[in-house]
Amino acid sequence: MIRIMHKILIKGNHAVVEGGIQAGCMAYYGYPITPQNEITAYMAKRMGEEGRVFIQSESEIAAINMVFGSSLTGARTMTSSSSPGISLKQEGISYMAGCELPGVIVNVQRGGPGLGNISGAQGDYFQSTRGGGHGDYRTIVLAPYSVQEMFDFTIKAFDLADKYRIPVILHTDGYLGQMYEPVLVKELKSDRKTKKDWILDGCKDRKPRMIRSLLMDEGELEEHNWKLNKLYDKIKMKEASCQTCFTEDAVVAIVSYGTSARICESAVNILRGKGIKACLIRPTTLWPFPEKTISTIAKKVKNFLVVEMSLGQMVEDVKLAVNGMSRVHFYGSPGGGIPETKVVVKKVKEIIK
Amino acid sequence: MMDKNKIYRPESLTDVQNIYCSGCGHGIIHRLVAEIIDELEIREKTIAVAPVGCAVFAYFYWNFDVTEAAHGRPPAVATGIKRILPDRVVFTYQGDGDLAAIGTAEIIHAANRGENITVVFVNNAVYGMTGGQMAPTTLIKQKTTTSPRGRNPRYSGFPIKISEALAALDGTTYIERVSVHNVKNVINAKRALKKAFKIQIEGKGFSMVEFLAMCPVGWAMSSEDSVKWIEEKMIPEYPLGVIKDA
Ligand SMILES: Cc1ncc(C[n+]2csc(CCOP(=O)(O)OP(=O)(O)O)c2C)c(N)n1
Repeated sequence: MIRIMHKILIKGNHAVVEGGIQAGCMAYYGYPITPQNEITAYMAKRMGEEGRVFIQSESEIAAINMVFGSSLTGARTMTSSSSPGISLKQEGISYMAGCELPGVIVNVQRGGPGLGNISGAQGDYFQSTRGGGHGDYRTIVLAPYSVQEMFDFTIKAFDLADKYRIPVILHTDGYLGQMYEPVLVKELKSDRKTKKDWILDGCKDRKPRMIRSLLMDEGELEEHNWKLNKLYDKIKMKEASCQTCFTEDAVVAIVSYGTSARICESAVNILRGKGIKACLIRPTTLWPFPEKTISTIAKKVKNFLVVEMSLGQMVEDVKLAVNGMSRVHFYGSPGGGIPETKVVVKKVKEIIK
Repeated sequence: MMDKNKIYRPESLTDVQNIYCSGCGHGIIHRLVAEIIDELEIREKTIAVAPVGCAVFAYFYWNFDVTEAAHGRPPAVATGIKRILPDRVVFTYQGDGDLAAIGTAEIIHAANRGENITVVFVNNAVYGMTGGQMAPTTLIKQKTTTSPRGRNPRYSGFPIKISEALAALDGTTYIERVSVHNVKNVINAKRALKKAFKIQIEGKGFSMVEFLAMCPVGWAMSSEDSVKWIEEKMIPEYPLGVIKDA
């Protein structure tokens, strides 16, 4: 049952907080960094009001390890940061993946490498979708493109994390974080009450448990890796998702996510207005990547244009999905630049010429 | 009543043979932890955080809930547990590489926040698990695999006194340094650690006990010489006793 509560004008970063509150996040840990500061500040206020745990940690490393600690007690928990801070969290994310601990990590991306700048960017796609830390693992990666989705996907992130016992990345950027948009605050169906029979809360009336990622016995780690692989296969089967429009008669497909997909949406409308049959494929999960949808479309559509706010990262996944069936072109704007609608239109015209 | 003269295994210790080298201090300290947890009747509400280091397998030896943190991060993990479950007993068990090198930020800030946790800090003056490298606690002139001519403070700094540093923070409640190199000191160490756990149970805040502990293999010494070395070299550098009792 979805009960509509109210519509509010809210900033993307604040929407993440409200989503977390509604999903039953019991502990938030964060460290200041632009352009995600509103999350930490608003969390301090909201978690206080709700009587839940808030700590401004000494570093992003500490924050993710606090998430690790709260998660192993069974509580829903999250942290947020922006690119440089997300790099520091990778150690902890790898340990969470190894220990099969759920948790939500929000990356309000900024330009990089290094300190980069504080504009929105999409340069952390590889980091998010390839595990990010050391070892053979994956995390689920959700890519919102509106403030509404910042809210909805945060809730979804908690549900997926618990369902699969996996860290989930909300992969967003500074533009979405800073943007104000109306949001329908719905009471979404959230499986907040996932039964957790693996947590550490003291061994009363049961055998002691351990949560660890060091598996030194002969073949033990290999077995664990295969077990994780099975989980990843299941997630690939069930959770890959994307939004498409105008695919039926398209001659060119634009693939884009997050902020850059908003620009591509406008471009597709302009192109359609000119009678050019363009369509948009917008992945909403970056891992698992919606490769089946893309490969199905690639059987009919012979030209793809991938648009990203980076030097080209998702384009590699598109190429893997297209698998040589069609030509894949790229237009990117790194370093906090935003792709221009008119350039997207021009690129499409060149491609189909 | 338990016959005090009889050897017994505390309920909080599993019936598993540990992998510690002969003469190592970890086994003694594990047992002290287990005895105290039994005596305080908190086994079923205790959650321990094991470190990266020789004690990483502590979860095989302790008969209660145990997790394993990344190198140096136990105080942050313990914070995340304790804040959600304030009525449980949460402690970290950390070596000097873990706590006094890679994990300095985490220990200082957990202490400074006055987290109501207990820290079992094992100072054996080297990195044991990785083969006896220099630790921040290594003594001046002490030879290790990475200070083959002895630690030279000019290039490698001085033995770090973390307990004294933490005692200077308003957030800490109780800090004591003990040793486990002989029976008298083991008995005293148990008293100190029990007090530290009681402070947590009473909700009084951050408590830590630093244990000077033998590492004969890491020090390339016999067990007997290791005991002497603690007495003659380590204790003068790391004086025993209560450092803070607020
Ligand atoms: C991030 C990271 N760096 C290095 C290591 C390798 N490592 C494993 S144990 C250890 C030393 C632990 O020494 P200490 O904390 O003094 O404990 P001890 O083994 O002496 O009990 C190191 C450096 C690691 N596991 N992770």
